[in-house]
Amino acid sequence: MDDHGSPILRALLRAMPGAVKDTHARLGDATAVVDAARIAEVMRFLRDTREIEFDMLVDLTAVDYLGEEPRFEVVYHLYSVGRNHRLRVKARVPEEPAEIDTVTGLWSSANWMEREVYDMYGIRFRGHPDLRRLLLYEEFEGHPLRKDYPKEKRQPLIGPRN
Amino acid sequence: MASAPQPQEDDLERDLHTEHQILNMGPSHPATHGTVKFLIELDGETIVNLDVQVGYLHRGFEKECEAGSWYQAIPYTDRLCYTSAILCNLGFCMAVEKLLELETTERCQWLRVLSGEISRVSDHLTRCGAAALELQAMTPFLYGIEARELTYDLTEILCGARVTTNYIRIGGVKHDMPAGFPAAARELIPKIRSLISDFGGVVTQNRIFVDRLKGTGVISKKDCIDYAVTGPILRSVGVPYDIRKDQPYLVYDQVDFDVPVGEVGDNYDRYLVVVEEMHQSLRIVEQCLARLEKAGPGPVDVDDPRVRWPAKGRVFNRMEELIQQFKAVTEGPRVPAGEAYFAIESANGELGFYLVSDGSAVPYKVRCRPPSLINLAPLPLMVRGDMLADIIPTFDFINMIGGECDR
Repeated sequence: MDDHGSPILRALLRAMPGAVKDTHARLGDATAVVDAARIAEVMRFLRDTREIEFDMLVDLTAVDYLGEEPRFEVVYHLYSVGRNHRLRVKARVPEEPAEIDTVTGLWSSANWMEREVYDMYGIRFRGHPDLRRLLLYEEFEGHPLRKDYPKEKRQPLIGPRN
Repeated sequence: MASAPQPQEDDLERDLHTEHQILNMGPSHPATHGTVKFLIELDGETIVNLDVQVGYLHRGFEKECEAGSWYQAIPYTDRLCYTSAILCNLGFCMAVEKLLELETTERCQWLRVLSGEISRVSDHLTRCGAAALELQAMTPFLYGIEARELTYDLTEILCGARVTTNYIRIGGVKHDMPAGFPAAARELIPKIRSLISDFGGVVTQNRIFVDRLKGTGVISKKDCIDYAVTGPILRSVGVPYDIRKDQPYLVYDQVDFDVPVGEVGDNYDRYLVVVEEMHQSLRIVEQCLARLEKAGPGPVDVDDPRVRWPAKGRVFNRMEELIQQFKAVTEGPRVPAGEAYFAIESANGELGFYLVSDGSAVPYKVRCRPPSLINLAPLPLMVRGDMLADIIPTFDFINMIGGECDR
């Protein structure tokens, strides 16, 4: 697999060639598509390797590719404050079970971001300490950013909780 | 005769029954500018734990963006942050330009920096003014808001709107600055400066203000990075991370400005960082003005029919341009398939947009990385062990903007 001239991708490919499924650096964004089953291991490597040192999980989101298999893609954006470089890591997650390991143990910022992804896409993060909806309320039915959730859908009225 | 037993110290403590109390604060509390609910566990007046509940202003920004054209998303980005709409416009448009691999004209880039920095000043003024107000100081709030009105005046002269500007467009800006703008800016900028210093004169050395801010809401450098906190909060702990310096975009590498940093990471440091950033932003505005005036008129839009309309004269007289205009109006730009992440330094920190296009005229995925939401996550960490009243200044200097936080 090609490292596209990125030293980060080169180090990742050398250390765990089996975990990386694809790489690209289109539009200048170095990207690694990794095996969802090994996401925690890959992320730990990216955080703890000295010359890579991704100490900040800047963003975590998901994309719903309805009709493709596996259906979802979880997208991580990493940044290293000390070394001033970035990397995008992606992992495909099937519809059933829509599950992937949490990275909250590596970066605390993942806590709310994973809750938001769970809220919007219904992807469950295994080992998350507190996987509740973040922006929507408990009684909300469905996950609105899924492509098969119609924009006009109404939600049932709920009464006061107590 | 047997005397009654003397009460012991621990007997008294055994009788004094204490337990933690749960307090609901919000969702519309008069001392928080933002609709958010805190579930606070209190031991007396000391905060033991805190659950932040966000989402009251969720209106499906990302879902709506997937329903319109790329252009129709820009007015939604205005509504992300009511005090610095131009910066939100800018983040989105630059991410789309990255997908399109467009390079905007030099004049456009200077105009974008100029308008973005005015926007940053109004955001910071809101933060400082509201913080003063919520600490019961009405006078500095009025100084801050008066200065903010002047920044809105400048925005209005520049682009016709005060709050929801819709000024930055894909591949350019709405229009060049009007003829009267430089004179107005030269008149108003000294006034804004003097109001900022009036504001500082009332609060910076004020005993009550300093006591409320110093040592409250402290966060360590390690925790900041762990929680991906960016912007003035990260700089207040001493990390000089500013995207304008570290990954310069537009013409930020050609302007002269400093990045202020704090030491302790408490609310007072955040306040000082924010005030200094306003002065730096005004410096940038002046440099942009000088540059724009020296360069004289020039094109502000890229000459690319995919995103900007052809000149009217050509549309009326030539077939090709007429078709381009028709396609641009009815359908909007088609963006090549792919994905891009672009981040700018907004007033609150890293405002990023992750876009996925399937090659059509409708975005497949628009993700906004909201700095307010991510900066709010470590709030429990910042106030644990502090007094209940310390939530107010801490929350103010996080500057959670509901529109951007809840989207």
